[in-house]
Amino acid sequence: MRIVLNGEDRRLEAARLDRALEELGYTGAHIATAVNGEMVPREARAGTELEEGDRLEVLAPLPGG
Amino acid sequence: MPTFYDVQMSSRLIVGTAQYPSPAVLEAAVEAAGADMVTVSLRREGAATGGGQGFWEIIRGLGVRVLPNTAGCSTVKEAVTTAHMARELFDTPWIKLEVIGEEDTLHPDPFGLVEAARVLSDDGFEVFPYCTEDLVVADRLVDAGCRVLMPWGAPIGSGRGLNNVYGLRQLRAHFPDVALVVDAGIGLPSHAAQAMELGYDAVLMNTAIAKAGDPALMARAMRAAVGAGREAFEADPIEAGDMASPSSPVMGRAFLT
Repeated sequence: MRIVLNGEDRRLEAARLDRALEELGYTGAHIATAVNGEMVPREARAGTELEEGDRLEVLAPLPGG
Repeated sequence: MPTFYDVQMSSRLIVGTAQYPSPAVLEAAVEAAGADMVTVSLRREGAATGGGQGFWEIIRGLGVRVLPNTAGCSTVKEAVTTAHMARELFDTPWIKLEVIGEEDTLHPDPFGLVEAARVLSDDGFEVFPYCTEDLVVADRLVDAGCRVLMPWGAPIGSGRGLNNVYGLRQLRAHFPDVALVVDAGIGLPSHAAQAMELGYDAVLMNTAIAKAGDPALMARAMRAAVGAGREAFEADPIEAGDMASPSSPVMGRAFLT
């Protein structure tokens, strides 16, 4: 399956969001997620299925003013 | 010391965490500022080893309160979604709400700001809106549930100081019971002192410290200025006059001509 991760095309085996995040290398990371512009809370990741072409945003704390 | 949403703070200086030459300099500056709250943002993370994870460890190590922002958002939806992601990531209902209406000046979009503030307040957020000194917009933000207002001194990163002292003074007089923070535009300690002399509860700055040649030294200078300005406000300063008024007694003056 092809998705768009943080603006870049990526290929994925897993469809479930929690497993997709592991596949993409985010295991254990302190992150927040959104699919197609809608936030997916941490506890809802296991119940969220990604679909072809979905836009996945993975955000983390970074410096800010 | 200021109270934000019933939380008593221990510092009137809030510091941003961006643009420092290194994490060590950031840590030194926050300590020198005596800040008990720092602002942070949310940005795309490459993978578990991305920059966000190390940054988060540094921030946690500072032992200060975190105020996440919605920097870069230009629509209500973006800002609201970012705020929700921040609430989960930082485990806080506090959000520095930015809805930007114009890219060159980073002028807040007052219409989007009020709408987003209402949506977020209704959803349990405690909103710190980055606004201008516009009285009516401020009124609407308070109506929307904001108990803190953060008017700019000048555009973000400009270091111009307080562009509209009259407007900021009006805002202070109009909202005696709302916590007011000058956010953005501070360049020098004298600007920070001036904000405090106006009776503002706190100042928030990033670039003035982070981009100084010696950030920790500038942080210390800002801390001193904030303290001096606040003490001056509490000391009830004299009114400025147009004419001289002799300070030495006139009575008993010798005639030596």
